[in-house]
Amino acid sequence: METELAIVGSGPAGLAAAIEAAKTGVKVTIIDENPRPGGQLFKQIHKFFGSEKHKAGIRGIDIGHELLEQCEKLNVQIFLSTEAWAIFDNGKALGLKHGNNTTEKLNTRKLLLASGAIENPLAFPGWTLPGVLGAGATQTLMNLHRVLPGQRVLMVGTGNVGLIVSYQLLQAGADVVAAIDILPQIGGWGVHASKIRRLGIPILTSHTIKEAFGNNEVKGAVIARVGQDNKVIPESERKLEIDTICIAVGLSPMAELAQSAGCQITHIAELGGWTPMHNERMETTINGIYVAGDVCGVEEASTAMEEGKISGIAAAESLGYLQRGKANGLMKESQESLNALRAGPFATQSKLGKEKLIERFHKC
Amino acid sequence: MLNMLRSSGVLSEQELMELPGVPPMELVEKGPVAVIECAEMIPCNPCEACCPTGAIKIGDDINNLPIIDAVKCTGCGLCIAACPGLAIFVVNGTHTKSEALISIPYEFLPLPNVGDQVEALDRQGKKVCMAKIVQIRNSKKFDKTAIVSFTIPKERCMEVRHIRLS
Repeated sequence: METELAIVGSGPAGLAAAIEAAKTGVKVTIIDENPRPGGQLFKQIHKFFGSEKHKAGIRGIDIGHELLEQCEKLNVQIFLSTEAWAIFDNGKALGLKHGNNTTEKLNTRKLLLASGAIENPLAFPGWTLPGVLGAGATQTLMNLHRVLPGQRVLMVGTGNVGLIVSYQLLQAGADVVAAIDILPQIGGWGVHASKIRRLGIPILTSHTIKEAFGNNEVKGAVIARVGQDNKVIPESERKLEIDTICIAVGLSPMAELAQSAGCQITHIAELGGWTPMHNERMETTINGIYVAGDVCGVEEASTAMEEGKISGIAAAESLGYLQRGKANGLMKESQESLNALRAGPFATQSKLGKEKLIERFHKC
Repeated sequence: MLNMLRSSGVLSEQELMELPGVPPMELVEKGPVAVIECAEMIPCNPCEACCPTGAIKIGDDINNLPIIDAVKCTGCGLCIAACPGLAIFVVNGTHTKSEALISIPYEFLPLPNVGDQVEALDRQGKKVCMAKIVQIRNSKKFDKTAIVSFTIPKERCMEVRHIRLS
């Protein structure tokens, strides 16, 4: 099988890239291991922040529908339930395994890796009990599969994911007994925190989980206060009767495919860990292999879409479908949107991380 | 600097009154007016874009805090459903002599019915009084964020920000 631009991952970055490239006439093929496209968009039932010009105020699920519809109109080919298990010839071919267990080689002229990120685990006594699960996994169960994993939930972590999933658990009819964070301050945005506080969910900062207990499943948890040294303050333990523990302690880029292809990776804490280096055109250290979205730094869906656009435009230009001047103009527009999205105090870390990443690309 | 909000998720009274989106008390009492409880510089501006009278200003840097012009604001409530942070409320301190009318974003099912008596909750989710549902707006434009309006005793108008169906 042949294509011009192969994209691994059909989340916001992959779809946005596909649209930009396909618009210019590039033949685009998307591969996704999931049975449905959209990445995390279809479980994002909340309205997105951002600029009014860029789909702010629209729910993630509806942005997903919109992007897919555009892909369909532009004849973007999407293989679902298909794994990209290897990258050959410096990104000029992918090894695919389809859902029916057949394998296939996909030859491509350009490759975009938009494989996203994975939830970080948290180890504590009892963490392997059924009933302990990722907040993102909980959101998938609830909002995609319509299964509520439990009735009484402890949320561990108060970043935006922890706060938003707490709110959605209440919308789905569960009780969130508390949202805790080991830090003295809430991780996520104040508006998300305020939203769950007025619903009566306590937020306990400077708190940690000591253990989950139960024989065959979670029956409860022990939480405790921590001091400035992050150590448990004696006799501050408290028992909570719960049946579900959601872990929302951050995400890490899924850089394995890029790494196995030979792209140079680097560790940048501000971006969530190991991530492939890329330049201003989202191209990695291997010519013709691009990255976009959480795979090269955990941020927001809004930034992922802009990075996706840049990579799609860059690929289209290098394939000869876009003139340099036109491509530069389009990329500049997206870069300006990225700058605006990364201008606030909450984006200081990711902005710094991105600058480091691009600097390291040019140094290596 | 927003210590209460950052550590508890609830704005202190002082943090609240210093926000450029929160009109001074005397104008809230003369309402109806939008009370924008948006305290942090996050990149977002649908409130400014949806306002039909230009009463909300953010400007070119979408990280700016929204500024409310209480004189231009008619209290129409379009911004309540437009705010992705569910941080905008409309307070009408002149509803009756003793009652204020509060409009909030509401994303739970079932929706209350007009005439229902429900519990009025403060920013910490604590019941402070009862509320009577007066209006429910749930048009397609609001995209599933219903705007629920209810009456409460006037003196609670800067406390009550949610309801619980009894």
